[in-house]
Amino acid sequence: MTTRGGVLLRGVVLGLGAILFLFPFYYMVLGSLQREPNQSVAGLFPDPANLTFSNYFDINARVNLLQGIANSGVFAAGVIIGTAVFGSIAGYALAVLEWRGRGAVFALALLVQVVPFQLLMVPLYVMIARDYGLADNYLGIMLPFLINSTAVIIFRQYFLQLPKGIFEAARIDGASEWQVLTRVALPLIRPALVTVILISFIGPWNEFLWPFLVTKKASMQPLAVSLANFISNVANSTANPFGTLLAGAVVLALPVAILFIVFQRYFVASDLGSGVKG
Amino acid sequence: MSTVTPLATAVAPRAARGSEARRHRARQSVLGWLFSAPYLVFVAVIFAFPLGFAVYMSAHDYFFTAPGVNVNRPFVGMRNYVQALTDPAVRRSFYNVLVFLLINVTLTVVLSLVLATLLNQVVHARAFLRVSFYLPYLTASVALVGVWLFLFSGTGLINQLLGPLAPNPSWLVNERLAMPSIALYVTWKGLGFYILLYLAALQNVGKELYEAAATDGASRWQAFWNVTVPGVRSATVLVLLLATITGANLFTEPYLLTGGGGPNGASTSPVLIMYQQGIQQGKPGYAAAIGVLLVILTLGIAFLQNWLGREKDS
Repeated sequence: MTTRGGVLLRGVVLGLGAILFLFPFYYMVLGSLQREPNQSVAGLFPDPANLTFSNYFDINARVNLLQGIANSGVFAAGVIIGTAVFGSIAGYALAVLEWRGRGAVFALALLVQVVPFQLLMVPLYVMIARDYGLADNYLGIMLPFLINSTAVIIFRQYFLQLPKGIFEAARIDGASEWQVLTRVALPLIRPALVTVILISFIGPWNEFLWPFLVTKKASMQPLAVSLANFISNVANSTANPFGTLLAGAVVLALPVAILFIVFQRYFVASDLGSGVKG
Repeated sequence: MSTVTPLATAVAPRAARGSEARRHRARQSVLGWLFSAPYLVFVAVIFAFPLGFAVYMSAHDYFFTAPGVNVNRPFVGMRNYVQALTDPAVRRSFYNVLVFLLINVTLTVVLSLVLATLLNQVVHARAFLRVSFYLPYLTASVALVGVWLFLFSGTGLINQLLGPLAPNPSWLVNERLAMPSIALYVTWKGLGFYILLYLAALQNVGKELYEAAATDGASRWQAFWNVTVPGVRSATVLVLLLATITGANLFTEPYLLTGGGGPNGASTSPVLIMYQQGIQQGKPGYAAAIGVLLVILTLGIAFLQNWLGREKDS
């Protein structure tokens, strides 16, 4: 079945696919370094005479990059802590403890993932920004993402894979359930913890719609929001709007790209897939 | 007495063990609820309550007030729904999202299955290919939108390559092409996730089925159609569902790529209208009604897909 022509065709299709997926990243970096945007075919190759870092200074003058990165960082850190702490104990309860209701809670965690955010958007805005007065507030930005349901399911799955005997042994040795969880179980599922931290970082870092709704002050906006505002409002008033915009895009994209490439073995499809599949 | 003693000592520990087990079960039950409590509170506050609140709001003339002010928000029944269904802008946005889903969901299922199947047969460069396919999925849409604006602008690279074939007006400002361009972008961005889902599903398709197909003299295409496609059916149902839900949530791309749903509303999405009406114009009840309609539409499409999938099965 595997003829030479077939192998060649497969290679060509996959190679073209890889180029289609990677090319926009190359073009993003290249465009961010061009003094004059060159959209011609010749512009596909870097021209030393047209290269500059000034776009990065320009975007920083328009959008306070450090402030944006700090806000995105606080947002992500809150979600990571909330998910790692509350998600892991919920996952432990679902996998290790025997109690009525754990089936229902597990079903709930699956169900929550298909609830469309568009329906929640307006009532959440009314509640959080208006009623609780948490607009332009870190807690208001984090609240809807505080415990990632996919993470609860990942934790449950990893805890289920641990042999039951180790929990029994620890309990017989007189460990409390809290000690069993923190001293015995959690250290054994470190890969799950890494995966959860990664997805709890990337989600908030990339999130646009919700923080866009609840932040009006530029000083409170995560980077994705301030860059989007730059794209929709002020891009036209800059000398090289594309170069400036792409410089901002590189700053926004780079941390996630680096994390992904370094930790790629933690991005396992079956984990992320099971988040929605169960 | 002495004859009873051994019996008593034999029974006593068993009784003690029984009550110990009961205590253990009770403790596990309390701890189970206790450990899940933060998550349950979170789900109640962030998901369950807002769901009910959305339906309540959609049936009332809801408006914003300063926190703590108690005002009468009159019950208006179906008025918001009638208004939404008769508003040409809302209708247009629903039509747009259907066009979007038709292009996006079809391309997503076909391309991700084909690429996953090919990727599954490859030994060399597998890690590299996985990384490159997955990278757009993990990258912020706000960042990638910037490159697409650059690529698809009037004088952009795509039009330069097309030369005289370039559409006029250009992609994102063309009433006919704006929505398909967005659909193409979203397909490209999300494809990696679905490829990995299919790749995981392909591991469960038995190798012996392919061997049997080969002995029967099936061509590569026949093997794909008769072994792979039915073998990953449950993954396909999941891909359809997720792509549909994600597509119905469309907001960032029309907001940024086509300057807020332009030209002339040709690429507005229902969520964009919900944002404009509910938050910018201060009519959350109306926006909530549009949201409920959108969810009903999404569920309808999901059931239809499920039903069609089952139909093929028998």
